[in-house]
Parts: sequence; structure tokens; C-alpha cells
Amino acid sequence: MGEEKKNGKKLQLAMYWAASCGGCDMAVLDVNEKILDIAAVADIRLWPIAMDYKYKDVESWADGEIDVCLFNGAVRNSEQLHLARLLRRKCKVMVAFGSCASFGGIPGLANLHCKKTIFEAVYGYTASTVNPEGTTPQTHTKVPEGDLHIPDFFDDVYSLNQVIPVEYYVPGCPPTPDTVMVAVNAIATGNLPPVGSTIAGDKAVCDECLRTKSDKPKIQAFHRPQEIFVDAEKCLLEQGLTCMGSATRGGCGSLCPAVNMPCRGCYGPMPRSLDAGADALAAMTSIVDASDEQAARTKGDQLVDPLGTFYRFTLPVSMLRRAQREH
Amino acid sequence: MSTPFEPRIVVLCCNWCTYAGADLAGTSRMKYAPNVRLVRVMCSGRVDPSFVLRAFQDGADGVLVAGCHPGDCHYINGNLKAMRRFPALEKMVAQFGIEPQRLRLEWISAAEGDVFVRVVNEMTAQVRALGALDWRRRAAVGPLPEHAG
Repeated sequence: MGEEKKNGKKLQLAMYWAASCGGCDMAVLDVNEKILDIAAVADIRLWPIAMDYKYKDVESWADGEIDVCLFNGAVRNSEQLHLARLLRRKCKVMVAFGSCASFGGIPGLANLHCKKTIFEAVYGYTASTVNPEGTTPQTHTKVPEGDLHIPDFFDDVYSLNQVIPVEYYVPGCPPTPDTVMVAVNAIATGNLPPVGSTIAGDKAVCDECLRTKSDKPKIQAFHRPQEIFVDAEKCLLEQGLTCMGSATRGGCGSLCPAVNMPCRGCYGPMPRSLDAGADALAAMTSIVDASDEQAARTKGDQLVDPLGTFYRFTLPVSMLRRAQREH
Repeated sequence: MSTPFEPRIVVLCCNWCTYAGADLAGTSRMKYAPNVRLVRVMCSGRVDPSFVLRAFQDGADGVLVAGCHPGDCHYINGNLKAMRRFPALEKMVAQFGIEPQRLRLEWISAAEGDVFVRVVNEMTAQVRALGALDWRRRAAVGPLPEHAG
């Protein structure tokens, strides 16, 4: 860990969560005893998962008072948008922390639908829903005690950089402890990369993966992980698992393939990639063992959900960005 | 609208077979629908799926990928790679909500000017019947509210 800031003032740090699962906040704790090093150099001013705070506390800060904000989660309602804009004003450096803030992440798959159809499902027909009157949340409700207000749910899921300017990206679902410490060290010591950088590897996950890969790989058939006994040595893609390693930024240390799980692509597209999903589709399907159209079709059909597989974390930042609206 | 809808179809065709086939159609004075925009690539295997997505995103109503017949590839097996990618790409494009008739893969040799004419006319008619894709409108992301909270 680097020295404290030269003027003797501790680094002012804020962490916020928007449309996220809390895993990114856990990832910060996952650095174990190094959290004490972070606390030694930084004042944590805002951290909703760990500390009590009120929005008016954030509003009371001076503009630019906070040095760095680690913002995790995608933006999909008016409260999250408000906080993103507010924190942008209060913080000098904004870091999109985790896959959801960086690319939309898993919540980004909601871009396959829109508010209307999501509400129909969630408040209508899921197995656990009992809602005979068809009640859906309203942003304003009058009750005898006054006017109640809840945030407005958007039609789309946004990555953080689609709503405010972002300086750095720390991808991962969640970012690994090593990635977190690289980022924290860079921030604490002031050795920051150029604005716009992604603080992770520059090579693909395959480059870090220790599995044996053949020179001319062939996929005989696509499988889901639970359908086969995985060979512990051989490349997962060659075994027919939809491993995103070839089209995904490394830096994670290839953790998932090391434990027989195919890469899901959480570190996002490779540098200079135009479209993460297209890259993965091209890399994977080009090597299926098919020499005629019938065989190619049979094997292509074994991919149960190509969109969800290839854009699992990146749909909102992809070329087409969302599926066609349903109404 | 006063003018009838005319589809815009991007044809990603290989240098060695389909482009020569289109050329043959032209030099033979065959007529085909003027709705196609030919983009010549060296091989249908060079057609990255992102080219197809970009075309749809940028306003194409249909995309035709065309190359040499299997076995005839100038680069031995580039067209087989196009063939292997296509079913998954087709499925994925459908998941985005784009009608399957808007995307097509065809093998057209340098001697098949007539096939080029038939495929282009067929596809133009199909896409015309579907209407405009107009992806930017269909998947438009509206402006964010000025004051949120």
C-alpha cells in the first residue's frame, strides 16, 4: 500500500451500489486483512452496505470533496440515476466498479424486455406472485399521512458511462481481490493509468488459462456444464462448453476455468473489441466440427440461448444494445 | 409517406465467387432490384458477425452474406467458417427481435449471375413485404429525465 497523500489528508473514498447484487461490496471485503490498509490510507465517507447514511449527507458535501467513488451496479431507475449524477459532482474520480457498472452486467439482460413486460411478469405471472388485483408499483401514492414516492423504473438498463462520464473501469462479477488491490493501489499512490482505462488484463482469459489446448481445436457438440463429466486438463471449449475465455478480457487469473467452469465473460470485451457477443460467437462457432450445412445447423441449435450466453454481461454496451421493444 | 418503401439490403460478398457472379449479372445485362449495396470482402469467412450487426444497427433492412460454394473456397475453407457461424448468428439475431428473413446466407459462384439475380430479387421482395427494420427506432433508448430522484 502506498503512502498517505502528501498533504497529510487521507484519501476520501465513496462506494455506492445501484442495480447490483451486493457482490461487488463483498469483493471489497474479500481483500481480507488488506481492508485495514485501505482504512489506513482512506476515509470511507459513503458505503451503504456497511454504514448508515442519508442522501442529505451526500448532498451536503462540497463539489469535488471526495477523491474517488467506486460505483457498482447498473442504472435502471430514477434514484440510481440521481445518485450517479450527484456523486459525479461530489467526486473527482469516478470508477465503474464491477461488470454491472462497466457494461450493464446481468441486470443488463433486462434489455431483452421493457418496463411493461417486466412488470407483467414480476407482478403478474411468476410462480410466487399472488396479485389478483394486478397491483403494480406507482411512483406517487396518496395516503392519509401524505404523499409517498418511490423511484421511477426505467425501460432500459444503462451502464454507468451511459449516464455520467466515467474515468476508470474495474470489471468483474465481482472484481477479484487482486484486481481490487491493483485498483486501490493505483488510486492510493496516484499512479493512475490514462483516463478511460480498464484496470484489468490486456490479454484474453485464454492467455491466463493453464488448460491444454490443441493446435486445431474442434467442437464435436455443445453441452451445458451439468450435462458432461468435465476433463480436468483439456480446454473447456474443445469439450463443447461455451467458454467465453477467447473473447473476454483477462486479469481474473482464469479462476472459473481452473475449477472446471467455463468462462462467462464477466471481465467484458477485449480491448478494441466492437462487440463482445459477436466476437464470442465468431470464435466459438467457427471451430465446430461440421463440413456441411446440416451438421452446422444441428450444432448451432445446441446453443440454447446464444444471446444470453454471448452477451451475458454486456448487452447494454453492445452494438444493438437491446432487443426490439415488445410494444 | 408519399414514396413507397424501398428496402436497403447490404450484401457482404466474397471477392472470388459472388462478386464475380454479380459482375457477370451486370455484364450480361441482367436486371436485378437496385436495393442492394454490395460490400466486397476477400472471403465470406472474413464476415465477422459484428459486420452483420453493424449493418442492422446502421439502417440496413436486410443483410445477405454470400460466398463460394462449399469446396470452392479460394482459401480452402473460409466459407465453411461462415457456414458454421451462421445458424447461431441467425438464432441470436432472432432473439434481438429481427425477423429471420432479413438475414440470409447464399453460395453464388462466379458463373451464377442468374442465381445472384434470383436471390437478390427474392430477398428484396421478402424484405419489402416485411417493411423497414429501422433498428434505431425499434430499439430506441429515450432521453434520460433531467431531474431524477
